[in-house]
Amino acid sequence: MALKIVKGSIDRMFDKNLQDLVRGIRNHKEDEAKYISTCIDEIKQELKQDNIAVKANAVCKLTYLQMLGYDVSWAAFNIVEVMSSSKFTYKRIGYLAASQCFHESTDVIMLTTNQIRKDLSSPNQYDTGVALTGLSCFVTPDLARDLANDIMTLMSHTKPYIRKKAVLIMYKVFLKYPESLRPAFPRLKEKLEDPDPGVQSAAVNVICELARRNPKNYLSLAPLFFKLMTSSTNNWVLIKIIKLFGALTPLEPRLGKKLIEPLTNLIHSTSAMSLLYECVNTVIAVLISLSSGMPNHSASIQLCVQKLRILIEDSDQNLKYLGLLAMSKILKTHPKSVQSHKDLILQCLDDKDESIRLRALDLLYGMVSKKNLMEIVKKLMLHVDKAEGTTYRDELLTKIIDICSQSNYQYITNFEWYISILVELTRLEGTRHGHLIASQMLDVAIRVKAIRVFAVAQMATLLDNAHMLTGNTQRNGICEVLYAAAWICGEFSEHLENPMETLEAMLRPKVATLPGHIQAVYVQNAAKLFATVLKSQEGNTDSTTAQEASQLMIDRLPLFVQSANLEVQERASCILQLVKYIQKLQQKDVEVSEEVCALFAGELNPVAPKAQKKVPIPDGLDLDAWINEPPSESESEDEQPKAIFSKEEPKHSRPRHTEVDEKELARRREARKQEQANNPFYIKASPSSQKVYQETPGVEHIPVVQIDLSVPLKVPGLPMSDQYVKLEEERRQKERAEKKKKDKKKRKEKRSGRGKKHDSGPESEEDITPAHMVDIVTEEMPENALPSDDDERDPADPHKALDIDLDKPLADSEKLPVRSHRAAEVLKSPAEDEEGENVSSLEPKKKSSKEKREKKKDKDKDRKKSKEEKKKKKHKHEEKEEADLLCGQADEPAFQSEETNEVVTPPTSTSADEAATVAAAEAAPAPGAISVTTPDSEPEEPKDTEMEETKSSKHKKKKQKREKEDKEKKKKKKHHHHHHHHGDKGGEESVQNGTVEEEEPLPPMSNYCLLAENSYIKVMMEDADEAYDIQGNLQDGSQVVVSVIFENKCDSFLKSMEFNVLDSLNSKLQRPEGSGPHDSLTIPFQLPPGVSNEARFVFTVQSIIMPQKLKGTLTFIVKNEESSTHEKLDFKLHFTCTSYLITTPCYSDAFAKLLESGDLKSSSIRLEGVNMPFHHLLARICFHHHFSVVERIDSCASMYSRSIQGHHVCLLVKISSQTVSVDAKCDEPTLLGNVLDEIKQTFSQC
Amino acid sequence: MIKAILIFNNHGKPRLSKFYEHFNEDIEQQIIRETFHLVSKRDENVCNFLEGGMLIGGSDYKLIYRHYATLYFVFCVDSSESELGILDLIQVNSQVFVETLDKCFENVCELDLIFHVDKVHHILAEMVMGGMVLETNMNEIITQVDLQNKMEKSEAGIAGAPARAVSAVKNMNLPEMPRNINIGDISIKVPNLPSFK
Repeated sequence: MALKIVKGSIDRMFDKNLQDLVRGIRNHKEDEAKYISTCIDEIKQELKQDNIAVKANAVCKLTYLQMLGYDVSWAAFNIVEVMSSSKFTYKRIGYLAASQCFHESTDVIMLTTNQIRKDLSSPNQYDTGVALTGLSCFVTPDLARDLANDIMTLMSHTKPYIRKKAVLIMYKVFLKYPESLRPAFPRLKEKLEDPDPGVQSAAVNVICELARRNPKNYLSLAPLFFKLMTSSTNNWVLIKIIKLFGALTPLEPRLGKKLIEPLTNLIHSTSAMSLLYECVNTVIAVLISLSSGMPNHSASIQLCVQKLRILIEDSDQNLKYLGLLAMSKILKTHPKSVQSHKDLILQCLDDKDESIRLRALDLLYGMVSKKNLMEIVKKLMLHVDKAEGTTYRDELLTKIIDICSQSNYQYITNFEWYISILVELTRLEGTRHGHLIASQMLDVAIRVKAIRVFAVAQMATLLDNAHMLTGNTQRNGICEVLYAAAWICGEFSEHLENPMETLEAMLRPKVATLPGHIQAVYVQNAAKLFATVLKSQEGNTDSTTAQEASQLMIDRLPLFVQSANLEVQERASCILQLVKYIQKLQQKDVEVSEEVCALFAGELNPVAPKAQKKVPIPDGLDLDAWINEPPSESESEDEQPKAIFSKEEPKHSRPRHTEVDEKELARRREARKQEQANNPFYIKASPSSQKVYQETPGVEHIPVVQIDLSVPLKVPGLPMSDQYVKLEEERRQKERAEKKKKDKKKRKEKRSGRGKKHDSGPESEEDITPAHMVDIVTEEMPENALPSDDDERDPADPHKALDIDLDKPLADSEKLPVRSHRAAEVLKSPAEDEEGENVSSLEPKKKSSKEKREKKKDKDKDRKKSKEEKKKKKHKHEEKEEADLLCGQADEPAFQSEETNEVVTPPTSTSADEAATVAAAEAAPAPGAISVTTPDSEPEEPKDTEMEETKSSKHKKKKQKREKEDKEKKKKKKHHHHHHHHGDKGGEESVQNGTVEEEEPLPPMSNYCLLAENSYIKVMMEDADEAYDIQGNLQDGSQVVVSVIFENKCDSFLKSMEFNVLDSLNSKLQRPEGSGPHDSLTIPFQLPPGVSNEARFVFTVQSIIMPQKLKGTLTFIVKNEESSTHEKLDFKLHFTCTSYLITTPCYSDAFAKLLESGDLKSSSIRLEGVNMPFHHLLARICFHHHFSVVERIDSCASMYSRSIQGHHVCLLVKISSQTVSVDAKCDEPTLLGNVLDEIKQTFSQC
Repeated sequence: MIKAILIFNNHGKPRLSKFYEHFNEDIEQQIIRETFHLVSKRDENVCNFLEGGMLIGGSDYKLIYRHYATLYFVFCVDSSESELGILDLIQVNSQVFVETLDKCFENVCELDLIFHVDKVHHILAEMVMGGMVLETNMNEIITQVDLQNKMEKSEAGIAGAPARAVSAVKNMNLPEMPRNINIGDISIKVPNLPSFK
């Protein structure tokens, strides 16, 4: 045996390992890609082999190649295989690969749920650790939902190593599955005081992340954190806490006052710069929050600013950077105090370090005033010229625009200057902010009426020099400004000096190389210009100019008609036809200009970007209400098969129904018309309808203000803004002089009154008057707009969902789903764990209760809504819906109470696990499998009462009827004190467990059956087939995995448990390599009193067509204080044929093909006296016999399953008045016969 | 939160990339390239913080890096992380790499990272998990890593022996021992990294 292993590894050692691969790549510098592709081929070969070591090696290499940028998603399934290896070495490789390349849309992820769960509960802490680490990288909403409870249990693990990982990963779980936050929060909070510093740090980490996004929900934790802050010595933790306080203080100023002292202490005592800096930061936050309204704090602010100045002046560049960063925080609330350090900040603008320059730029935003804006921008423009990298230059560009446009152009006194700055900025090559500049140009031109003349002239120049901007259109975004230029020239064409020239510039053939949307604007605005030309020629007896214009249009437009861009094409052909018609009229000497101008008459007001969102919803309009009730879904409710196996990506957001019914629409249309009629700014349905294409701004009326242009306009290559700066300076001087004169006069008058108030020193803000009266048109908002401030938050932000009140007591409905099996997993294996039976007890119950509710037309509106939504989805993706229901209607079964979770945990199985398995095991009335317990079950009693306590505390909302039942049962219990029948208890347990509102029509089903039991131990078993294991092992027989729950029933400790089965020829227990065929397997855990745990055993089966029985023994040592005794328990393992079937989805077309193929033998049975609804019947077959429904029509259903050796089993089930006929087809008649017998047996028992 | 951890050499060759947010492989490479360009053009005596990089972008994020001999260690973090704290962490990080890898190799240099990227990943996993800092205590990290390595060795047991032997032989058969390689474009010869410890 050992020799074989060694031989195998000798074969293997000549395989390339990771080091060889790396070496190879390094030796093939010239043809790296080729070399890697041969390596990938080798890897593909290796992945095909059975040897897990070879596979792991291959996956390890793939991980490396992934880093080099190769897509390795094709190996996802192999990665899962390696992940499920039992050896830690390989498991770690698998999880590493998974964490590097799995993501939410990796479809094999859903296969991993059970593997991960198994690893999480592994006795080896590193298996668990590796699983947690991996999961933290690829957790999906589904995984989060399914594993939330397991991870939560791990938060109380005995090993701090596991605890800290479990705590940390909870953050990821919260993000993916926000419902888990409230149930898990108490425990998370508890971990803040964990004795282990690592765990504590993890908990602080998680809560800080949570609180950063939604601070107000965590205010109540402030005292706890305060305590931690004063007691902890871990700098990392302290930093996190202090940062958290920084986020909390703005919400609770009283907290700030308390913080000042400990923070100052820390500042004085710590030697860690990082901690010191964070303290200073938080002190600033505190001061800011305190100072609002309290003048005496401004001194402290000054102090902070002074301190920061010291940081900024430090030679350490890191501190300089951080100083600036902190300064920007103060800037937001106390711009004045920062402004006094303008010199320092401007100095930082010249720093050699780009990061520092960027920070300084940020601060600049708050430094500007009317007075220094031009100066600062001038300086920035110099930087723009010098900046070599595009990133920094782009950053400068946005900053210039930000600074100038802030608070509605508050600081701009001279818009001519601003326009010329914008024009100068267009000369930047390769910037990606063309769009930004363009929108500024449009904004200014539209909103500042007085500037239009100037703007139009500038834009005309731009258009004329368009070739300078369009050097390489594809790469640079600057040509966007042509969009603005063309539009402004067209829209305000009446200001153009020479419209004809501009028209010509706009129709140059070169324009056709511009992006489509810009061409479209060109074409449209050419038409406007054309109209202007015609108008200007009106009354002119010589019509040659007008005719020239028409000819120009007719000559040039066909180029655009050929455009590939639809928009351009359409506009061009419309306008072309129009112009042709006009030309005809012109030739007949018909006056057309008025009509043509009418096409473009009218004005549009600028509309605020958020206006649409702010339109209030009228009273009485419910956007979520149905317009027409959807077609009754009672039909679809039952016929789930249709899409049962189609998978859909999870849809978590509720679909919004925005349909509004006809009447309402008409009413609203009417109202809108009315409103428009009353609104003077609204363009009435006039010929100007063509303008609608422009979604943003519109035209204003012809401005009256005329500006004398004292600056030459056509100097395209020269920066002009400087001249404006000079001009502006002169203007101001003149103004100042005038003012002084006035002041003097005033002062003379006032001298007697007050002392001198107006100092003639530097002029104050208000003194500077704008160059010309600027009328800044505000953007339009809908009437009674909603004052909402939540627009800033991105609806896709995952943290929004985590904004949950954590102080409210937990409702029953909120408990985490315990081991609830997603229906989607049917794809893989029917029931691998005990969660299997939760599905069973869940699915039918849920369906039936839903049905009931439907009949009753539930009063609960909310629920109805959600249900209906779900139903709607149902047509498409049944499975998904079921999964939704599991969590959505959380008041349904299989939820764990907090209390049970809190029970002290034994090392082997954590309390929730225990409770789950106990509950699961006991909810198992699997008929026939129940043997009467031996009467001496005294040790069970205390547990029982305890459970009853939890029960009663949990179920306050139980229906009266049930209470009565309960009482009866309790009475009964007291009576048969020593005769606890499991079925009895099971029933009750399930009532307790499943918090169903209605009585469940279907008793819970379980695949666990009692294997054996004595006064010490109870053994339950369930067989499960592991889908992925089988795949690789089809050649050498098949594997069946048996899960066995061991439950300690006595009050002694059970240890050294050994499990052994007498192998038959056909079936063998898989033993670890190196052990003999009769050796027993040691169970890797011990059982403290009252605890149960689960172990899995793998059997190899040769032939699966017959059911088999295997004899086995369990030996164990019972240990209590006084003595320890050896005990033995015999049992018989019964492998039914059903257990060899795997629930496999099958589409109806594939199913039909299979039946047509004719390879299948048929057989049939009849079941009499079946007294249950059809869907219950189907559910039972699905659950107990691992079938899946292919299609269901009325009372007839086709079902499918596949054996682990690939036999197809097809069923056609019909029901008519208590008689069920099952016609079956299978390619193996013996197997079929046995399966049918088993089905028969199942139904004879109920 | 940490969004990504990248280690690459002076030539921009990735030595480790760990993204805590999914990007596809092409984007990842683009990010690495871009980050390299951003970082490599900076002088030695400027600050260790860097903004921008449009791919990893967002105003909330910044790059924090350290340059050790031939390697750049770059962390992309958001504003919830303390800048100086992360710098300390990189320090710990590199120290742990050195300490742990030191047990297998005499002097850690870039080559060890190249050939044992999986080990580096495992070490990193003990430090940062899912984008959050898990452990900052160097001794604790080293203990855990060692225990896991021990477990790996014991699992390999007798079966692993021949493979180990062969890999040793393979190493010996190399025309040049890695530590002495001096291939043209990569200046690999990095005997001891003074700043590394």
